[in-house]
Amino acid sequence: MFKLIKIIAQRLGLGLFVLFVISIIIAGGVELLPGDICQELQGQAATKETVDACRRELGLDKPVYHRYFIWLGDMLRGDFGVSLANGRQIAELIGDRALNTFFLAIYAAVIAVPLSLTLGLLAALYRNSIYDRAVNIVTLSSISFPEFFVAYILIIVFSVNLGWFPSLSNVSPETTLAVKLYKAFLPALTLTLVVVAHMMRMTRASIINLLASPYIEMANLKGMTRRHIILKHALPNAWAPIVNVIVINLAYLIVGVVVVEVVFVYPGLGQLIVDSVQKRDIPVVQACCVIFAATYIILNLTADILSIVTNPRLLHPR
Amino acid sequence: MSQEIDSTVGQTADAVAPPTRRERRLSDALKQLKKAPMSAKFGVIVILIYFVVALFAPLLTPYGESEVVGVEFEEWGEEFILGTDNLGRDMLTRLLYGARNTIGIALITTILAFLIGGVGGILAATLGGWLDQVFSRVVDILMAIPALIFALLLLTIFGTSIPVLVLVIAVLDSTRVYRLARAVSLNVVVMDFVEAARLRGEGLGWITLKEVLPNIMPPLVAEFGLRFCFVFLTIASLSFLGLGLQPPTADWGSMVRDNATLITYGDITPLLPAAAIALLTVAVNFVVDWFLHKTSGLRDDQ
Repeated sequence: MFKLIKIIAQRLGLGLFVLFVISIIIAGGVELLPGDICQELQGQAATKETVDACRRELGLDKPVYHRYFIWLGDMLRGDFGVSLANGRQIAELIGDRALNTFFLAIYAAVIAVPLSLTLGLLAALYRNSIYDRAVNIVTLSSISFPEFFVAYILIIVFSVNLGWFPSLSNVSPETTLAVKLYKAFLPALTLTLVVVAHMMRMTRASIINLLASPYIEMANLKGMTRRHIILKHALPNAWAPIVNVIVINLAYLIVGVVVVEVVFVYPGLGQLIVDSVQKRDIPVVQACCVIFAATYIILNLTADILSIVTNPRLLHPR
Repeated sequence: MSQEIDSTVGQTADAVAPPTRRERRLSDALKQLKKAPMSAKFGVIVILIYFVVALFAPLLTPYGESEVVGVEFEEWGEEFILGTDNLGRDMLTRLLYGARNTIGIALITTILAFLIGGVGGILAATLGGWLDQVFSRVVDILMAIPALIFALLLLTIFGTSIPVLVLVIAVLDSTRVYRLARAVSLNVVVMDFVEAARLRGEGLGWITLKEVLPNIMPPLVAEFGLRFCFVFLTIASLSFLGLGLQPPTADWGSMVRDNATLITYGDITPLLPAAAIALLTVAVNFVVDWFLHKTSGLRDDQ
């Protein structure tokens, strides 16, 4: 048990360290900007006074490390600064959008996880059958599709031809949950299709991998049914890799929303970050990057820790 | 793809053997290809068509890349086979030129990523010690950040231009190449023939290029295919978001974005560039799948 705690503590420490380094990269990236950010922002209209005022406002007159710690402190307290484009508080801009993005990611996960586990299990059960081969080709293809392609195909089928779902997911904080679920269905379905292929391939692979081990062969020799072997013998030991795959894909979902949000004009963080990159609104991009990167790292860390915790060899040393 | 495999294998054999051996390798490869499954053959054919189109785009169409030839959003017909786009440019012409630009940039980026990652990985495995430690920790941290987000951050800072785009994506992607190259090289570096080369006093260049590299080629070639798909999709996504290749360059990602309004009227023309992207990545994936199967099968025989 002590060993387990030690490993987990190590991983947590490593995760914190990575977060710290990434915050330095995100904050320090601005320093790499050729020339002066204030000069750049104001372009031709820059006078000495306005540039100086801008520099003071952004704290550019202070040394780098000083600025970094102020920035980090502000971030941790939820103060993301002010947008350069429209002067609004970034925290205000981000609040609802972050909730929308997480809502969409969770929505997609709720559909994708059970679906891919079932499909993966079935493919492993009926290995080398026509079903398995068909699934292999379909998933291999859908992994190679760009997200916007999947999204537009869904729009053409479900919204233009059948008219079942709207192609614009313009939700607002006042929208009720039912309407939200309805409007965000197509974006969620797009994300689902994108991650299901990967998840079910991994599920299938990890179960088939286990089926090669001696104790499964023993069960086979005892004359147990295939179903019983897979559900009772293989699955419990396959949980660790499967859980790992699920969490990693959740992390992917959080990032994958960017393109999908733009296609469906869904008011989330992805839209915001793309708009801000175009306007070169650096503080907003920084804030979005911090949120995306932190979520991604925390989820990957969770995957790491879960795979340690569900590993029987570590739970019962010797 | 098979051409690529051939030329890379050819290059390494080339320096030590007369050209006849190269010819034999080519005919061997063609024989292998005949025995390949349907999906792999399909993939090879598709890839060849794409390369022909990319190379000869100007010869295949009467119009210029960004020449305005008609009114906006003209329908499919005699004069403009696939209609015109949002500015009245011929859609088919843009598609053909798009092959050149989109594939070209993705290819350059992938090659750059392999140069950075491959050299780094092999050096880290061969030299070990602090160099390995430094490289590996830097890569760990770069990989902890989602690539698309990191690319967005870097594009904000440096602005969107083709050299920046290529460099940013190549560096971010080289991390995965580094990991693979280092992992497979580690297995080779401990072999006796490498030790022998060291003892005979060969330099670092010889050991990495003549001893290690030929032995790690198969996984690297397969990875090249997969990385190319990934880079290709990333660039297409960025272009779709308006952050990749800039107009008036014809590019499949931005073509979808520019003509997306047509989709709401049930017109599938804007989906053609997206389908072109999907078809190429599927083809490459099929070939890589077959190649992996092949090379891992060969290892079992030995």
